[in-house]
Amino acid sequence: MNTTIMKNFRYTLFTLLVFAFLGCTREEVEDLPRARFSRNPEIFTDTFIGLGSDFYFPYAGAKPDVFSVDNRVAYKGISSIRIDVPNADDPGGNFAGAIFRIDGAGRDLQDFNALTFYAKASQAATIAEIGFGQDFLGDTYRAYMTNVDFTTQWKKFIIPIPDPSKLLEERGVFQFAAGGIGPVGQEVGYTFWIDELRFEKLGKVAQPLPRIFNGENPTTSSFNGVTIPVTGTNVVFNVDGLDVSVNAAPAYFNFRSSNPSVATVNNLGQISVLSAGTTTVTGTVGGGSNPMNALGSLTVNSAGQFNSAPTPPARNPANVVSIFSDAYQNVQVDNFNGFFQFQTTQGGAINIAGENILSYTQLNFVSINMFQSPDVNASAMTHLHLDVNVREALNPGDFLRVVIINNNGPNETSGSVNLVSYKPLVRDNWVSYDIPISDFAGLGVPNDVDLIFFVSDGTISNIYVDNVYFYR
Amino acid sequence: MIQYKKLKLRKMKINIHKLCYPLLMPILVGILFFGCDNGEETPGSVYKTLVWSDEFDGTTGDAPNPDFWAYDIGTGSGGWGNNELQYYTNRPQNISLDGRGNLVITAIKENFQGSGYTSARIKTKGLKEFRYGRIEARLKTPFSQGLWPAFWMLGADIDQVGWPQTGEIDIMELRGQQPRVVHGSIHGPGYSGGNAITESFELVDSRFDTEYHVFAVEWGPDNIDFFVDNRLYQRITPESLPTNAEWVFDKPFFILLNVAIGGNFVGAPSANSRFPQTMIVDYVRVYQ
Repeated sequence: MNTTIMKNFRYTLFTLLVFAFLGCTREEVEDLPRARFSRNPEIFTDTFIGLGSDFYFPYAGAKPDVFSVDNRVAYKGISSIRIDVPNADDPGGNFAGAIFRIDGAGRDLQDFNALTFYAKASQAATIAEIGFGQDFLGDTYRAYMTNVDFTTQWKKFIIPIPDPSKLLEERGVFQFAAGGIGPVGQEVGYTFWIDELRFEKLGKVAQPLPRIFNGENPTTSSFNGVTIPVTGTNVVFNVDGLDVSVNAAPAYFNFRSSNPSVATVNNLGQISVLSAGTTTVTGTVGGGSNPMNALGSLTVNSAGQFNSAPTPPARNPANVVSIFSDAYQNVQVDNFNGFFQFQTTQGGAINIAGENILSYTQLNFVSINMFQSPDVNASAMTHLHLDVNVREALNPGDFLRVVIINNNGPNETSGSVNLVSYKPLVRDNWVSYDIPISDFAGLGVPNDVDLIFFVSDGTISNIYVDNVYFYR
Repeated sequence: MIQYKKLKLRKMKINIHKLCYPLLMPILVGILFFGCDNGEETPGSVYKTLVWSDEFDGTTGDAPNPDFWAYDIGTGSGGWGNNELQYYTNRPQNISLDGRGNLVITAIKENFQGSGYTSARIKTKGLKEFRYGRIEARLKTPFSQGLWPAFWMLGADIDQVGWPQTGEIDIMELRGQQPRVVHGSIHGPGYSGGNAITESFELVDSRFDTEYHVFAVEWGPDNIDFFVDNRLYQRITPESLPTNAEWVFDKPFFILLNVAIGGNFVGAPSANSRFPQTMIVDYVRVYQ
């Protein structure tokens, strides 16, 4: 009888004796604690610990070969992880970024509360992102810090785990993204080193404060069928006296909608608007009897069914130059909001339950920009059409001017009209305008339409615009 | 509690090997004979008789017992002598019992009577004053830059002789930005403010804001010993004082509990400092 069998035999004998004394008290199979994955906290000491052979996955667009193990530099022992951040003009890619994903079963990290490592760089540098939980398989429990400052001296860094109880089998154990240093387009590369990379349970990591919407309480208007993401999900920790914020994937949170008949929210933070009414979405972190309430919320005011703009008539494509409409083939546009200087206007093209709409808020002026796109030639057209829905009360003196700029630059021409002088805008209703191009005095022949402005000077703040096209 | 600038941070080094074996054997033998004693008696202390305590039992929202505690209200003179930023109130939102046997002092960021913060400070002055003994409290501190909780004592004759002649014993002070470090100090004539006699106690990998700890002094005619969780970290004797300085600790003192915000000791809160913040006091006990 070899030792193993002997051991087994003894074990069996012991078990039998226990049963003999205590009777059959074995729990049902489903009540037994679940087997746990490896609880090894080490990722890199002088070598990678249990990551397997195929664990390094660069980001798309990143220079792939930035990573090596440096046997001449170490915080402790004989080697460290070395990352060579490329120059902006590096043909292999203009930034360094990758994940380390365990090639095999993941780790059980419930017993830890932080990823820690020592780091230094060849010159003082800010690492754009550093964290863990990214696995390129959904990144379910991604957690990372942004703008982490490395110096030329070794220093310990601590990235708290937003909720360790979620990490039963985590394969994404490290992630970084960093660009060079200097003006945009001329960044110069450098090198940084990481050593003693491991998960730890640290008493100095405490006082978690989960937040959604960055701790603020915005309100949004919406419609049936719209999906709104929960954003700004993070957890602030006090690490030895200093508050640090860790960006935490929505899956670390549990979300709740105060009125699920108006909107539901799933565990990935997708809010689905279902009917008219108001609901407030809140979040918690941690299960059991004592979940922590997240600071911040989103109140969704749903108007119910979206009131669509009128569908434009079918036209011969030769008779339409369409800028923005689901009914026609649209020309190429740079953007629907250039965020110019002095501009307060937010928003742009959005999709409401399958319909594309231009939505502008805080409007003072905004333009549809085409000056970097191929020339938009409306010279053969006779009219400009657009549909406008004002989403607020209208007051005497409110105006909405449309300005067209042709051939933007030293030889540009432009003309403008005030929509209100044609017919009044109506709150929460679509009003259709068909304006002769000849009304845009000074515009001339619109053979290269570069910008179409909407100007209210703040008299009207919230509008939807749809079906912007020239026709004849 | 009154202003001082310089702090010495000497860590107490104990040679484990030298201490362990002579100490361990009697302890083991002791355990064998006497088993575990979880009674309220303070182990090793010469002060064994509980002469007064407030366990803070009561209903949620109750004020602390007026037979024991009086309030300091307002901003004192020059932010209580330290340029502190808070306005002390006796409102339940700043100070009340939590119904689970604790006193809660809450520091709130709010505009109130010209101050940017409110908090509370209570004292046993004229109500419960003690000369010598073990003065202890079990409490959990606040945290964050600019928070300054304290459990301390002042001489009962302060109105007659003034500060620092009256004497001050700081049993526990903490800077919110250093949640692993507490300070124990005495102030008196010739050794006050920046020249106070002080020592720090640092937890290696734990914090004073996440768990309860017991802070105590054992105070007699010849010494004041400072403890955290029954670990002695400082002994001050009349010989510790500067040459010719007067030992002013042979008379009754009263007890104070407060949470200050800002001031010379901690600096102002930062934009990231979290509010509201609480100091949760399980009990205050005096043994003689």
